[in-house]
Amino acid sequence: MIRLSIPLRQSLSRLSLPVLIAAALGVMLLGQADKGMVERGRMALADTLAPAFSVIAEPMAALRDLLGDMAEWRDIRAENARLREENDRLHRWQAAALSLQSENALLRRQLGFLPDAPASFHTARVVADAGGTYARAVLLAVPPGVGLRKGQVALDERGLAGRVTDVGSRSARVLLVTDMNSRIPVVLEGSRARAILAGTNGRLPRLEHYPADAPPRQGDRVVTSAEAGVFPAGLPVGVVRHGAGGAPEVELFARLDRLDMLRIFDFGLSGILPPEAVARPEPRPRR
Amino acid sequence: MGRRAHPLAGLMKRLDGWARAALPAGGTALAMVLATAPAGLPSAVPALLLCCLFFWTVFRPAALPPPLCFLLGLLQDLLGFAPIGTGILTALLAHGLALRLRRILARQSFWLVWMAFAGVAAGAALLGYGLHAVLGWRLPPAAPGIVQFLLSVGFYPPVAMLLTLLHRSMQRMEDLV
Repeated sequence: MIRLSIPLRQSLSRLSLPVLIAAALGVMLLGQADKGMVERGRMALADTLAPAFSVIAEPMAALRDLLGDMAEWRDIRAENARLREENDRLHRWQAAALSLQSENALLRRQLGFLPDAPASFHTARVVADAGGTYARAVLLAVPPGVGLRKGQVALDERGLAGRVTDVGSRSARVLLVTDMNSRIPVVLEGSRARAILAGTNGRLPRLEHYPADAPPRQGDRVVTSAEAGVFPAGLPVGVVRHGAGGAPEVELFARLDRLDMLRIFDFGLSGILPPEAVARPEPRPRR
Repeated sequence: MGRRAHPLAGLMKRLDGWARAALPAGGTALAMVLATAPAGLPSAVPALLLCCLFFWTVFRPAALPPPLCFLLGLLQDLLGFAPIGTGILTALLAHGLALRLRRILARQSFWLVWMAFAGVAAGAALLGYGLHAVLGWRLPPAAPGIVQFLLSVGFYPPVAMLLTLLHRSMQRMEDLV
């Protein structure tokens, strides 16, 4: 250890704070100039921590399940009545679906319709909330050897959840559709009008850039659009509801506040936009 | 026999000293990592860092020198999704401010320290908001900043209680040595 004289040591320690503040500003500029480096640093840290996170996730999930069970036991009777009613309703829908399925098969035979190739997917466990105060994202633990790519689509068991934005060797980060930076081309199923689903960091993302002559109506189903070649058409997203200010918002099917597993689909689409271009509406489709 | 035990005892004493020196920064880093685990809120990470940083700076400034503050801020930036550098700058400025205030605060009651901490937390939240607006080149919503401020202020009493216990026991050990 180097022995320094006391006055020198004192002046060094007095200098270190301003120097480090300057270094912090430098890091900030560096981070703005080279986003890739920051991303690599983040993923390296996430890769290191992912195994530990998945170990912690197990007892945490058990505890949450226990609490959930307790809440369920409390209102099991009301739940039962609701399920019975829903089951009746679903039986009617099942009949409708079966008849539509057979009709669809018949019509496809007549048209020579080329079906989409079935998509391959991996299921990964959500191990940590990777957002911050101003971001909505989750971290997935990915077994080594599973090849995820940037831009792949993440769905939970009900609907669209987000897109893969960073990939490490043992983890991947998924930007949720509620994040402020998320812009997703969607179609309103009722009117086939196109719109952009824009995250606000709140619970409900907004609909933007819909045609003036076909405003979204309450209860319209919203599905993804194949425009820009990032998503396949028709992934379920949510239903329209009008917010406090009358602005159309989307109640998502995916339960983003309690994600535990995500399916990461590879639809073989390559129209990945660079992150800075995502904020702008795409001028014309790439396909 | 007595002579043989001597170097070993010295080593133990030195190990003990290292462990004590590493505890504040190491414990803070561990708490931050645990807060990102699935149970935690990601917003809790900056709040925890701010609480621990403020406490150690006021009551044991030698335990958390500026370079360690820099590293802890970097850890916060890498754990979160915020533009890199914001956490570092906030941590360093909070450290500097607490260091200025510690002469006055170290002798005050808990309530006054808490009030001072609330002021620092408000400054940190404002700084974070401003940096986010400048670096992202758009006005972020104000609500997350307010939530972060309230989280920091709310976290302080339990964190300070725990750290006070730790600090006292460390002091007792040092008195023994």
